[in-house]
Amino acid sequence: MEWSGAVSLGAMTQRITRDEVVHVARLARLSLSDAEIDEFTGQLGDILEHAADIEALDVGDVEPTSHPLPMVNVLRPDELRPALDRDLLLSQAPDAEDGQFRVPPILGEEP
Amino acid sequence: MTVHEPSLPEEWELVVGLEVHVELATKTKLFCGCENKFSHIPNTLTCPTCVGLPGSLPVMNEKAVEFAMRLGRALGCDIHPSVMARKNYFYPDMAKDFQTTQYDQPTNADGQLALADGTVVGIERAHIEEDAGKTTHVGGGGRINDATYSLVDYNRAGVPLVEIVSRPDIRTVEHAKAYVSELRDILLAIEVSDAKMEEGSMRVDANVSVRPTGSDELRTRCELKNINSVRSLGRAIEYEARRHVDLYTSGEAPRQETRHWDEEGGRSTAGRSKEDADDYRYFQEPDLVPLAPTAAQIAEIDASMPVLPAARRARLGERSSVADEVIVTVVERGQDGLALGAIEAGADADKVLTRIQNDLAVDDWSAVTSESLAMLIQMETGGELTATQAKQVLGEMAAGEHGGDPKAIAAAHGFEAMESDELETLVDQLIVDHPDEWSRFVGGDDGDSKKMQGFFTGQIMKATQGQADGRAVAQLLGQKSAG
Repeated sequence: MEWSGAVSLGAMTQRITRDEVVHVARLARLSLSDAEIDEFTGQLGDILEHAADIEALDVGDVEPTSHPLPMVNVLRPDELRPALDRDLLLSQAPDAEDGQFRVPPILGEEP
Repeated sequence: MTVHEPSLPEEWELVVGLEVHVELATKTKLFCGCENKFSHIPNTLTCPTCVGLPGSLPVMNEKAVEFAMRLGRALGCDIHPSVMARKNYFYPDMAKDFQTTQYDQPTNADGQLALADGTVVGIERAHIEEDAGKTTHVGGGGRINDATYSLVDYNRAGVPLVEIVSRPDIRTVEHAKAYVSELRDILLAIEVSDAKMEEGSMRVDANVSVRPTGSDELRTRCELKNINSVRSLGRAIEYEARRHVDLYTSGEAPRQETRHWDEEGGRSTAGRSKEDADDYRYFQEPDLVPLAPTAAQIAEIDASMPVLPAARRARLGERSSVADEVIVTVVERGQDGLALGAIEAGADADKVLTRIQNDLAVDDWSAVTSESLAMLIQMETGGELTATQAKQVLGEMAAGEHGGDPKAIAAAHGFEAMESDELETLVDQLIVDHPDEWSRFVGGDDGDSKKMQGFFTGQIMKATQGQADGRAVAQLLGQKSAG
């Protein structure tokens, strides 16, 4: 498997293409205007450019950062906590039926 | 009856890898304190975290991590430091719009599973992730594409899972089935899941492809979903492999895709294509810190690892000569310790195992000890109890009657070996009472004689309330007819 959607920081002069921005926007269910696509292509390109600058550095001696917080193993005991009241929960939803969330027809298959 | 499809033509070889999702038997969910159990009442086991309300934060369940590592070690995996990742997709079964899972740094990697016949299947990884909620499609006959709307129940959302991904090392349908049952036995032995396929606590997806026999290429695979039993797994793989062979034979090729197994129709149907679906934009979960198990923790897990099913079967196999299925059943039910103790206490091994297999298929047999079982089997082999009586006594031992003492139970029923002269008196009386039947037994043709032997045996069993020893009765009837 590969990190899909990520863009190789290789020798590309243009860090991200307009098509890639359109594709990523579609995956994120974002509706962008033509002007916005141009704007974000530029911005995302700048971000990737910055990452490429860092990639150019020799970081052989630097410990990889797997998380911004210097913590590991933050765990909780396997103990029950009270559940939410269902009526309260469903009252937050736009639509409910028979104790369930009611959602518009789902197009396509679940992943 | 469906017509059995012939297996693949010799020039084609099956290549299968399995992805098994297992629900961990923790008390609570993976990232919140909601109860982890099946409920028929929707949305009653939820909290802000598992329905993804803004501001809620996940905290990892330590028991789930321990169970996952225990499973990893049982599969011979190396345990690594790991981080959680977000798998992003838009589907209402996850209210957060992503599933929290492990991606490039899973907890368990590089293990193996040995099947009963010695075949070894590699395990690529066994990673921790959360389960999704349940959607029900309403209207359009319940089919997703024609539904008017869908209903969502988040009780299952956030239930801890381990996904066990095998390498594509499986070459036959039998091995695929054996892999699943062996994995289930291991899960039960290490007590991390109840592993019930029919209830969804163990779910199997199969990656199927074929290749020309003798080659080592990996061709396009299809992932089969919706497989609900071991039997259905076999059928699905067989169908899919044949479909691939047919495509290749007619000059076409399968497309890499997810396919839905239709058990009733006995076929798979195309789902979404894999290329689109892989665009999950995984990234590290910022709300959870890495897991970094210490060597001491791993050592502790190893030290507490029970003897696994393969070794337990071998132990019984060395001591008995019963069929493999008997041993498999006894080990599956966790009754092998009981059997082993009884055998070591001097009871006949084959009798112990078959008696357990046939007559101890109950949920609670805690009242039966190795000692009491050994005593029962010895009473049976010593002729104090008939087979029928032994079966009845064992049933009552399991129910805890008379403190589970076989002698006391037998005595309470008046079960004791019948004196042979007592039996003889009874037979003589029956001959007098039924002269016609007796002459048919003595002089009739084989069939009729057999029928009459049954008649007399039945009468004797009735008169003795089943206490007479069947073999002794047969012997006595033979003697009488000859004399």
